[in-house]
Amino acid sequence: MIKNVPLVPEQASSYATQMDPLFWVLVALTVFFAGTVLTLLLFFAIRYRRGKQVDRSNAPDEHQFLEITWTIIPLLLGLGVFVWGAKLFAGAFGPPPANALEIFVVGKQWMWHIQHSNGVRENNELHVPLGRPIALTMISQDVIHDFYVPEFRIHVDVVPGRYTREWFTPIKVGRYRLFCAQYCGTDHSKMTGWVTVMDPADYARWLANGGQEVPTAPKTMAALGADLYVREGCAQCHDPGAPGHGPVLTGLYGSIVTKPSGEKVVADAAYLREQILTPADRVAPKYQQIMPSYKGQLTEEQVLQLIAYIKSLGPQNPASAEPVPISGAKPAVTKVKSARGKSADKGKSQ
Amino acid sequence: MSVEAIQPAPQELSEQYEDLAQQSEAYVVGMWAFLVTEIMFFGALFLAYIVYRTAYPEVFRDAHHHLDVVLGTINTTVLLTSSLFMALAVHAAQLGRKKAQNRWLFLVMLCALTFLVIKGIEYHNKYVEHLIPGSSFQYHSVAEGEGGQAPRMSAETGFAVPQSIPRDKAQMFFVLYFCMTGLHGIHVVIGLIVMAVLAWLTSRNSPLVRDYMPVEMAGLYWHFVDIVWIFLFPLFYLIPK
Amino acid sequence: MSVQTLEVNTEPAPEPKEERVTYLNVDHSLKSWLLTLDHKRIAILYMVSISLMFVLGGAAAAMIRLELTSPHGVMLSNETYNKMFSAHGIIMVFFFMVPSIPAVLGNFCLPLMIGCRDLAFPRLNLLSWYLFTIGAIVALAAMLSGGVDTGWTFYTPFSSVYSNSNVVTTIIGVFIAGFSSIATGLNFIVTVHKMRAPGLTWFRLPLFVWALYATSVIIVLGTPVVAITLLLVVVERTLHLGIFDPALGGDPVLFQHMFWFYSHPAVYIMILPSMGVMSEVISAFCRKRIFGYKFVAFSSIAIAVFGFLVWGHHMFVSSQSVYAGMVFSVLSFMVAVPSAIKTFNWTATVYKGRVWFTAPMIFALGFMGLFVVGGLTGLYLACLATDVHLHDTYFVIAHFHYIMVGGAIMGYMAGLHFWWPKMTGKLYPENWAKLAAGIIFIGFNLTFFPQFILGWLGNPRRYHIYPEEFQVWHVLSSAGSSILAVGYIIPLFYLLWSLKYGRNAGRNPWGAVGLEWTHVDSPPHPHNFHEVPVVTWEAYAYEPAEVEQERYDRPDVDEEGAMWTAPGSATAGEKS
Repeated sequence: MIKNVPLVPEQASSYATQMDPLFWVLVALTVFFAGTVLTLLLFFAIRYRRGKQVDRSNAPDEHQFLEITWTIIPLLLGLGVFVWGAKLFAGAFGPPPANALEIFVVGKQWMWHIQHSNGVRENNELHVPLGRPIALTMISQDVIHDFYVPEFRIHVDVVPGRYTREWFTPIKVGRYRLFCAQYCGTDHSKMTGWVTVMDPADYARWLANGGQEVPTAPKTMAALGADLYVREGCAQCHDPGAPGHGPVLTGLYGSIVTKPSGEKVVADAAYLREQILTPADRVAPKYQQIMPSYKGQLTEEQVLQLIAYIKSLGPQNPASAEPVPISGAKPAVTKVKSARGKSADKGKSQ
Repeated sequence: MSVEAIQPAPQELSEQYEDLAQQSEAYVVGMWAFLVTEIMFFGALFLAYIVYRTAYPEVFRDAHHHLDVVLGTINTTVLLTSSLFMALAVHAAQLGRKKAQNRWLFLVMLCALTFLVIKGIEYHNKYVEHLIPGSSFQYHSVAEGEGGQAPRMSAETGFAVPQSIPRDKAQMFFVLYFCMTGLHGIHVVIGLIVMAVLAWLTSRNSPLVRDYMPVEMAGLYWHFVDIVWIFLFPLFYLIPK
Repeated sequence: MSVQTLEVNTEPAPEPKEERVTYLNVDHSLKSWLLTLDHKRIAILYMVSISLMFVLGGAAAAMIRLELTSPHGVMLSNETYNKMFSAHGIIMVFFFMVPSIPAVLGNFCLPLMIGCRDLAFPRLNLLSWYLFTIGAIVALAAMLSGGVDTGWTFYTPFSSVYSNSNVVTTIIGVFIAGFSSIATGLNFIVTVHKMRAPGLTWFRLPLFVWALYATSVIIVLGTPVVAITLLLVVVERTLHLGIFDPALGGDPVLFQHMFWFYSHPAVYIMILPSMGVMSEVISAFCRKRIFGYKFVAFSSIAIAVFGFLVWGHHMFVSSQSVYAGMVFSVLSFMVAVPSAIKTFNWTATVYKGRVWFTAPMIFALGFMGLFVVGGLTGLYLACLATDVHLHDTYFVIAHFHYIMVGGAIMGYMAGLHFWWPKMTGKLYPENWAKLAAGIIFIGFNLTFFPQFILGWLGNPRRYHIYPEEFQVWHVLSSAGSSILAVGYIIPLFYLLWSLKYGRNAGRNPWGAVGLEWTHVDSPPHPHNFHEVPVVTWEAYAYEPAEVEQERYDRPDVDEEGAMWTAPGSATAGEKS
């Protein structure tokens, strides 16, 4: 059992091997000073306890030389530690070496989006090759986060509105925990992931396979849409029983829906696109308007993938579908109009 | 202030003090300590101002044209004059001349009111021009305003200075303007109330103001309020082109 | 004129035994308490308020440690957990730690120690308590009506744009309490400058007074800055402006600079008074002048000054420049030195002293043990290279709890026990107090030492869910916290018990030197002194051991008064 109790993190980066000796020196200094002072304190307290007959003559209450000594020595030791630390820091926080591999990190509540230069993307995972400096250029999409890998011993805040850089050289193959280390809201402690350090050859192959260990067939649009549905947080509100209580999307595609104006339309692709991107036109009056706008956050390609996914959830044939009341409106159909090209309702928001 | 040669006003001693000298000195030290806290209070805003002016110098240069230098100058003169009146009021208080003290205090209050009215006019103008920060904020760059003007060349970079000032950065100038002049205005109002109360108590011969110290303390406070404005005025109204 | 009377006993009636007038019994009405101008009553009012806040903040801590026994949480949602640690931090920092010693022990003892009848501005003092109470009520209302989940640090843009919790109300509560703090600091500064008894020069002052003075300077300079900073967060949040919001041209890191400009000196507000108490307690229970008096006095001032220059050490990885980091780091190493000087001086005081192991002394020794560790672990964070790893991990939490709880609160307990007889006229039961001190010391170490290891392993702060391999240390820590809680609950009982059933303390049960012991009754008269003392002796003017040893051989408390004489006291005997 003792073996399983972690005590020391692994050294997975070159910085770790440089920093750890300094850490242990600090530990040694801590033990030495705390030990000395506290031992002396206890020793004096016990030796000179009230009632004990012991020589207390000429008890001093000042001693300039002693004061200066125990001021200068800690100061010098402190400055020594400072210089050592500052040098390491300047190296680690200065510009990365010229041969550094550039990788880009976007932090957002509550996940990490990582992009490799060749276009491979990962979420909450970072694959890097062994032995080469890795330079992360990072930015946040919302609040301040922090990209922390304890086994690399390094972290830097990920700030909205500006790029920050973090670089390190992995020296050991393995999988290491990634944490967000700047409190960022509700799921801060779930904004974690893994950094995988691979042999350079394995990494090259991984990269060439589009971020996969082995080449695989490209995913269908609906499958990509399903990924987006989870990744972009749609599931949090639209899954049945989800705490966000949004309307369930099963059977939505191709059904008749009622707009707030009373007008009935078919929920086709254009309608769905409108619903995803434009908050002002949200239907479903029974639901609170808390769905965020995805305008600017999804590419058109991604919107199409999402629509393909929603389509895969329900009936395909628009005209023959029974109207699915979302708002509790009467099922009787008075007018059926396609949402295509409709702009009259844009001004009416809930 | 040395008042030994002049007949001092009769004073009241609080229980915790040994003698009047200790009491007076305590009030003075207390008021200065309070003014130090006020300096730090405003100082934080001045820091924010420095940060954003350094970051967006062209925005500040452009945006300050929207402020009325004439009204600002009048206000500065009004406040400076009011400080003179205040000093005279304190002097009268030290001599025990209640009526004179109140007359001068009324003049100070008049100046304060004038200041606030002018400020109100300025704020109203900003409202009309849609320059109150918030959702109704609209910004039209002064440089842009004169259409067809040749672009200004920047001395530092040699390139043309971008004509359009981003709305959000311009809004920052006005956020700082309203926060700082607003906070200052609140202090003017507080000073006004304090002076009104002092004048009223004096007219009723209240034992609370048998002492000249309250007026002297109010005087210190008022001079501080004046000095803050002396800094605010050039920082907002007189940004060099 | 003579009157024909019956044969009656014309002896005068025996004098009724006069109960001495004290600040406690002079008037029992509620109004006399709520409208009091007496600094001693205000101190008691504060003691009640902050004790309540401590219980609430401690309850939040208990919930946190309970949750963390499991890596997946036990019963709270992520959001509720976040609100719990925010509540714990906000209540403990702003509504317990900052006021505690100054508003309770400082308010009570400062006038007594410098020989005056009250603080310079008694009405301001009462206003300070009301502001504190109103601020606390507002903040608690915010906590209870949904809570706030920004952490006590309110980092932007999360607090100003993204959080869906009661940020504005909480900030208003903290803002009001800030003015309470400023009022106290201002009062103390003027009092120390202008109200000292005749003959009491600066270098004859007790070191507690130096500490309170330095603290007050920090309060007066730093608090207004955080007040404005938090106000700007409210403005940004309610009006959707862009002061700290990068989407609108603002700078989120500017908030951090402005916030930490106060909040770093704030930690010195929290520890300096405790260090002052240490000087008093160690001196009294070693019966010796503090070693290196001037060095200790000046170190308090040095901490206050340097404390304002190091705020950036909270921001080494915030995207602050490397050079700024270096400046803040070297200054942070320098600010550690005055604290080290104090600990060396206290240790040297014990040398050739006559150590009496009372409860205050045990608490003081506990302080030493814990503060030394806390202070030394600060160096790991001051050092740039190691901070890059340890920043925002449990290491930081352990570090500051060693100082705040292990240091400051132990000091508060030491002071509370030391001056309890003066404040109440009663002795608390010694053995229970020593037991509580021991339990607190053990519980504390078990709670927070594992957190150093957790931080070194990389467990970030403010994590509700954590990797399973860290569970062992979390469970140990939570177990320790249950012991610590017991340690804090025990004094509540025996201190209250002592009010009714404790032995009468007499004027000076410790035989200590200091105006509050030698010239003031226990409990004090409303006006403190029967006549204003004229001070002609140095601070901590204990007689040398051999002199005292000859004259007095009674080790026990004398119920009537001082067991050893002290210069200038009412019972001073012949000097040899």
